[in-house]
Amino acid sequence: MVLGKASSSSLSMKSDEDVVNNNNNLRVLVVDDSPMIRKLHDMYLKKFGLEVQVAENGKNAVELFRFGASFDLILMDKEMPVMDGAEATKELRAMGVKSMIVGVTSLDSPYEKQVFMEAGLNYCFNKPLIADNISFLLQELNKNNNDKN
Amino acid sequence: MDRNPLRRQLQIMRKSFFDQGYLDEQFVQLEELQDEANPNFVEEVVTLYYRDSARLILSIEQALERKPFDFNKLDAHMHQFKGSSSSIGAKKVKAESTQFREYCKSRNREGCTRCFQQLKKEYATLRKKLEAYFQLARQAGPMETACRPK
Repeated sequence: MVLGKASSSSLSMKSDEDVVNNNNNLRVLVVDDSPMIRKLHDMYLKKFGLEVQVAENGKNAVELFRFGASFDLILMDKEMPVMDGAEATKELRAMGVKSMIVGVTSLDSPYEKQVFMEAGLNYCFNKPLIADNISFLLQELNKNNNDKN
Repeated sequence: MDRNPLRRQLQIMRKSFFDQGYLDEQFVQLEELQDEANPNFVEEVVTLYYRDSARLILSIEQALERKPFDFNKLDAHMHQFKGSSSSIGAKKVKAESTQFREYCKSRNREGCTRCFQQLKKEYATLRKKLEAYFQLARQAGPMETACRPK
């Protein structure tokens, strides 16, 4: 069943192929306890040509890094069982992880978002991410990678 | 407008969801992610939403039966439910969730109870509409053109 395909306004600046080719080497970890959010973000990111892995909670995310995985971008939910996003972010930074970590949360309070940011995030967005958020993050990632080179 | 009568009906149904305020732009974002490689993406995400919702609604119901009310817990559950509902563009459900959280903040027990009943109605209505929509979409079959109906 195909409901219809529309061109995304956020991808209209470049051709879809250009966007995908630029992002082919970037790996993203989506950390969220909601299967729906994991599926949604997985799809968004794959549309941008990114390689995506998912984790159900902060502890699983930290363990991936402990076992040698690396990612360019981590999308971190705040409220998760076992280990929440703030704790996982602190652990990852304490381990020396320099990847871009972006909070994705439905927190309303600016204070709570600030506390989450202070755990070591680079950015914090409201859930769910939209194409414009991802475009922005990819620009920042590509900028960072160019600076390193 | 599509010549296929089933597809026309589908377009009318879809338009009514937005006109009547059941869905918002976030649903359109979901549709834009659907493609030939993932032809049932929207329905799959919505099905996951039903699963999330069932769990959260049960948690809230159980919390509302406890005396005294734990408003913090109620708010936390509803916060999650609001987030899920936003993700599929469930506009009216999201609005009721926001109202419920206001009642939690003001510690209004009756408000919470009343609002939750309304929320469940909105959720049930939306679910029924979307189930009918996806069933019709399956009958209508895949679109031949690449254009999404406005």
